[in-house]
Amino acid sequence: MLVFEKTFLAEEIEQLIEKYGNARSALLPILQEIQSKHRYISDYAQQEVARHLSIQPVEVYSVISFYAFLNSEPKGRNIVRVCKTISCDMKNKISIVKAIERELGIKMGETTDDNKFTIEYTNCLGLCDEGPAMGINEQVFTKLTPETAVKHLHEVVG
Amino acid sequence: MEKTKERNGKVLFSNYSLGEGVRKALSLSRDDILFEVKDSKLKGRGGAGFPVSTKWMLAAAAIAEEKYVICNADEGEPGTFKDRVLLVEYPELVFEGMIIAGYAIGAKNGIVYLRGEYEYIRKSLEDFLEQMRKDNLLGKNILNKEGFDFDIKIFLGSAAYICGEETALIESLEGNRGEARNRPPYPVNTGFNGMPTSVNNVETLGCIPHIILNGGEWYNTLGTEKSSGTKLFSVSGDCEKPDVYEWEWGITINELLEKVGAKNTKAVQVGGASGICVPKSQFDRKISYEDIPTGGSIIIFDENRDMLKVLKNFMEFFVEESCGQCTPCRIGNTKLLEGVEMIENEEYTFSYLNKLKDLGKTMQVASKCGLGQSSPNSFLSILENFKDEIFSHEAGVENGK
Amino acid sequence: MENKKNGRAPVSQKPHRIEKPEHPEQIGGSVRIQINEKELVVPLGTTILEACRDNQIHVPTLCHHDDLCIAGVCRVCVVEVENMRTLQASCAFPITAPIKINTATPMVRKARKHIIDLLLSEHYGECYSCFRNNNCELQTLAKEYGVDHYNFGHIEKPKYKVDTSSFSVVRDMDKCVLCKRCIRTCIDLQEVGVLEAVGRGDETHIGTFLDKQLSDVICINCGQCINRCPTGALRANDPRDEIWEAIDNPKKHVVIQTAPSPRAAIGEEFGLEAGHSMTGELNTAMRRIGFDKVFDTNFTADLTIMEEGTELILRLYNALVKGEDANKVPQFTSCSPGWVKYLEHFYPEYIDNLSSAKSPQQMFGAVIKTLYAQEANIDPADIVTVAVMPCSAKKFECNRPEMVDSGFKDVDYGLTTRELAQMIKETGIHLPELPKSEFDDPFGNASGAGLIFGATGGVMEAALRTVVELVTGGKVEDLFENANITPLRGFEGIRYVELPIAEVGEVPEMYKRYFDTWDWLKGATLKVAVAHGTANAKKVMEDIKAGGKFSECHFIEFMGCPGGCLGGGGQPIPTNATIRAKRAEAIYAEDEGLPIRKSHENPHIGYIYENFLTDGPCGHKSHELLHTTYTKRGEYIA
Repeated sequence: MLVFEKTFLAEEIEQLIEKYGNARSALLPILQEIQSKHRYISDYAQQEVARHLSIQPVEVYSVISFYAFLNSEPKGRNIVRVCKTISCDMKNKISIVKAIERELGIKMGETTDDNKFTIEYTNCLGLCDEGPAMGINEQVFTKLTPETAVKHLHEVVG
Repeated sequence: MEKTKERNGKVLFSNYSLGEGVRKALSLSRDDILFEVKDSKLKGRGGAGFPVSTKWMLAAAAIAEEKYVICNADEGEPGTFKDRVLLVEYPELVFEGMIIAGYAIGAKNGIVYLRGEYEYIRKSLEDFLEQMRKDNLLGKNILNKEGFDFDIKIFLGSAAYICGEETALIESLEGNRGEARNRPPYPVNTGFNGMPTSVNNVETLGCIPHIILNGGEWYNTLGTEKSSGTKLFSVSGDCEKPDVYEWEWGITINELLEKVGAKNTKAVQVGGASGICVPKSQFDRKISYEDIPTGGSIIIFDENRDMLKVLKNFMEFFVEESCGQCTPCRIGNTKLLEGVEMIENEEYTFSYLNKLKDLGKTMQVASKCGLGQSSPNSFLSILENFKDEIFSHEAGVENGK
Repeated sequence: MENKKNGRAPVSQKPHRIEKPEHPEQIGGSVRIQINEKELVVPLGTTILEACRDNQIHVPTLCHHDDLCIAGVCRVCVVEVENMRTLQASCAFPITAPIKINTATPMVRKARKHIIDLLLSEHYGECYSCFRNNNCELQTLAKEYGVDHYNFGHIEKPKYKVDTSSFSVVRDMDKCVLCKRCIRTCIDLQEVGVLEAVGRGDETHIGTFLDKQLSDVICINCGQCINRCPTGALRANDPRDEIWEAIDNPKKHVVIQTAPSPRAAIGEEFGLEAGHSMTGELNTAMRRIGFDKVFDTNFTADLTIMEEGTELILRLYNALVKGEDANKVPQFTSCSPGWVKYLEHFYPEYIDNLSSAKSPQQMFGAVIKTLYAQEANIDPADIVTVAVMPCSAKKFECNRPEMVDSGFKDVDYGLTTRELAQMIKETGIHLPELPKSEFDDPFGNASGAGLIFGATGGVMEAALRTVVELVTGGKVEDLFENANITPLRGFEGIRYVELPIAEVGEVPEMYKRYFDTWDWLKGATLKVAVAHGTANAKKVMEDIKAGGKFSECHFIEFMGCPGGCLGGGGQPIPTNATIRAKRAEAIYAEDEGLPIRKSHENPHIGYIYENFLTDGPCGHKSHELLHTTYTKRGEYIA
C-alpha cells in the first residue's frame, strides 16, 4: 500500500471512530463501512481499527473472518452473491450461476481480471418466495432467469 | 418500499393506524401491560416459543442503570422471510411493539439487529424512525408521557445465521464473533453490555400493539389451547403462491397446502433447515405447540424432489453456519454431512448411519446453543421418514432401470 | 466511553468466578442441591463443576482451566440437571437455585463419549509421536472413556502446516481441539493478544493476525499458552537433537547452567508432587547425561544484582543529584525476556527505563565464553553453552542478534525444564533416585538472593538485600526478620513497597569513583513495585503513563509470566495456582537454608570483580560484556 493511500485510510478510519466511538461495540459498523467502500478490509485498516478500539489486530481479523459479508482479502468492486439455500436451489439457481460464470468468464469464488466483479455463493437471503435470488453489493434481485441475472450485472456497472 | 399486496389476517395483517398501540399502552400502567401480555399467552415467534410475558417480567424486575429492548431481525432460517415482509410493510407494528416493551420493562434503548442481507431495507426503516421521532412516538416524553423516553437504533449484521440466537446476537452487537454465551445467566438479567435485555423476534413485537389494543384475552381466543393467536408462515418451494400468510395456530398441513396451491406434495419441511420434514402420511398434523411448533418456515417439496439432495443442502448450510465453538455442533454437523455424502456415493453402512443418528441425538442435548441442538432434526427426520426413497435409490441396475 | 480494554470474555461469563457471597453461611448465601442423590449445601454462584470437585465427584473437563475464564465450549463436562431439556456444561453453570444434578446418567455418558470420539476424529497424528504422550488431556479422556477405535473415522492427512517459525513456540494446529485455552491465556490472562479463533463452522481454527506465522506477529514468547494447552498443539521449539549432537561430539565442551525455577519443578516430570527442590539430584543427572560442566545460573543472578543494583544507584544519583535523565527512573528489571519483548512492542517509548543489564542467562553465556574459556584454557569456539530455563522466551533471547558479546553466540541453546526432563529420561535415569552433587567451580557458589529470582518479587528482594546494605551499611536482618522481605512475596498481581532510608553508611570502595557520600539518599524513601504476568505489567505501565503512583517508583520488577519464572512457559505441565505456590515455597525454603543469601556477599562475585571486571560494576568492561541494548519494535505488524 502506498503511503498516501495509508494516510487517506487512516483519516477515513478516524472519521469512523468519530462517528461510532471507540467502544468495542463500534467494531462491526466501522468494519461494515470500510467493507462497503473498499470491498475488503486491508491489514493496515484492521490494525488501525484495532489501535483505536484498544484491541488487538487478531481480534479484528477474527471478527472479520466470522462474518460472511466481511472480507480481509481484496475483492472485485462489485460483489455478486447468489443464494444457494434450499428454496432458491429448487428454483434452479444453478442455471443462474452457470450463466453468470459464462458471462464473466470466471468461476464462483473468483474475481474478474478487470476487478469489476467477484462472484460467490451466499446462504439464505430471505427471498425464498421470489427465488432464485441474488445480491449485488447492497441491492437484491429476485425471480431471476439466466438472462435477467446477466442483465442486472451489466446494469450495475453501467 | 411500500405495501405491494393486500394482505389479510386476524392480527398482524389486520387494520392498524400508526400510534394506536403506543397511545393505548401509555394510558395503562406497566403492570397492566405485563398482565395483558400474560393473558395473551403470546410465545416467542422466532421458533423457541418462550413465553413473552415471562421474559418481560424478568427484565422488568431486574434492577439496573440501563435496560435494552432488542428486536431480533436476523431471520436466517432457510425458508423464512416473514420478518422482511413485516419490516417492509408493517414497520409501525414492530417499532411500536418495541416502544411498548421498553415502557413495560423500563428500558430507554431499543436496538433492531437487522440481518446484513436486509441492508436494502435499512434506509426505509431509518426514515420511518425519523418520522416517528417527529410524531413524538420516539424520543423524550413520548406522546407527552412525562418521563418516558425511548429511542430505537438500527444495527446491521454481517451475514451469520447464528446471530439469530439471542446471546450470539448480543455478542455480535458488542463487536464480537457471534458465538452463543453460556446460560445462565440469561439476557433478561445479563444481556447487552451486561445489562438486562429483552430480545424479541420481529413478529413477536409486531403482535404486541394489537394485543394491547384488543386485550390479551381476545388474542388468546385465537389459535388452539396451548398455541394462542396467529402465526406468520413463510411459504416457499413447490407451490403456486409462495408468500407470507397469517393463519391461526392449529392449521393442518393439508389445509395449508390447499391454500397455497401446492400439488403432488411429497413432503413439507416445517421450521426450516432446523425443523422437521413431514411426509405425506402425516399431512393431517397440526401446526401448533401441541403438535408441530415452528418459527413459520414452510418449504414444500413435490414428488419430483430428491429428499437426499434436500438434506444435503441443509447439512451444508449447518456446517458453514455453525459458529464453530462447541464440539458437538462444529464436528457433529460435519459428520452428519459426511453421512449424507456416504449415502449419495453408496458408501454407507446402516450400522454407521445408526451411529450418526445416535450422534444426532447427542448433538440435540449437548450442543451449547439452539443451532447445534436443532441442526440434526432434518437429518433424523428425513432419514426416518424417507428411508424407502433414499435407500432404494441405488438398486437401479438390478431393477434394470 | 465504554472501552473493554481489560478483558474480552463475554460479560455474562465473568461474574461466575468472583461474585460469590462473602458469608455463604448467612441466610441466602447458600443453596441446597443434590448431586447424584447426595444432599449438599454450596455457596450461591458455585459452578456445578466446583461443587462436584469440592465433594470428590469426578467430572471430566477439557476446555476448563483453573487459571482462565470460563469457555464452556468443549462440552465434555456436561451433566444432567433435572427439569432441563438439554445437558448443561458443569464448568459454566452457576448454581443459583436448588437443583438436582446427575453426573453419570446414560445420556451424559453417551454424550461425553460422542464428544471425545468427535475430537479424536479430527485429531491428526499418533500419540507415540507426540511430546505430550502420557501427559495429554485428550489422551486421558480417551482412556477414561475406553476409546479403542475411531467411531467416526480419523483424519488421515494433516490440514495445517506446523509453524516452526518462532524460536520459542511451535504450533501444530492439527492437534488442536479448539478448547480456546491458548486464546484465553493470550488475550485474557496475559493481555498480549496474538491468538484468536479464526473462521467459522468447520473452518474454525486458532489463528494469528491474517494467519501469519508466529514469528511475524507480536508474540512475546512467554509460552503460557503451551503450559495450558491440553494436547500437543503447542510446544516449545525443542533443541534436544542439537544438544545431544554436541554432547556426543568429543571436540565440544558442553556447559550447562540451570536457572532456579527448573530445580523447583522438575520433580513433577518424574511423578513427584509440586514443591520438591531437586538441585543436587539434577546436578548429578546433568553430569550423567554428559554435560562437561554444570553451573548455577544463580551465580550470574548475583552478578545481575551487582550490575542492576549499581545501575539503579547511578540512575538515582544522576536524577536526584545531577538532575540528568530523570525519565530513566523508575528503572525496570530486564531479566524476563517475555517482559522485555512485551515492552519493546507495546511501550517502546519506555525502553530507556529497562535496565541495560543482561539477564542472568545471557551474562552467564558471555562469562563462560570469555572468562571461563580463558581460565580453563579452552577455545571458546569449542564451547557449547546450554541454559536450562523455566522459560520459552529464553530461546528467543539467546537468539537475539545482539547477544554475541563474547565474540560468539553467548548462549547456544535455551532448554526448558520439560526438555531437560526428557533428556534425563532418555538417559535412563529416574531423577528422584539419584545421589546429590554440587555445582562445578568456579561458578559453583551462588547466594540465596540469586535463587529467589525464580519467584515473582525475588529479583526485587535480592536487589534490596544488596542495595540496602550497601547504602545504609547496616544489615537487612535489622529491617526484615531473617532477611526475608515478605512484603515483596506472594502472588498478588502488583505489589508496592516503600522503604525509608533513615541512616546512610560509608560509600563502598567500588562506588567511590562516582561519589563519596550517600548523603543524597539520607531521609529518602525508596519506592519499589513488583508485577508479574504481562496483564499486571500493563496495568502498571498504564499507571506510569498516566503519571500515577508507579511513576514515582524508583525500581520496578516485571516478570512476563504469572508467578514469575516458576510459572514460566518452559515448566512442567500442568500449572495452576496451587502448583505455582508450592514451587515458590520450595524456592524460599532452599534460600533460607543457604549460608550466603546476599549477592554482594558471594565470594565468587568478589573474585570476578577483582580479577576480571576490574573497573567494577557498570564499569567499562562489564558494559561491554554484561549489558545490552533494546529495540523499539512497536505494535505494527508488517
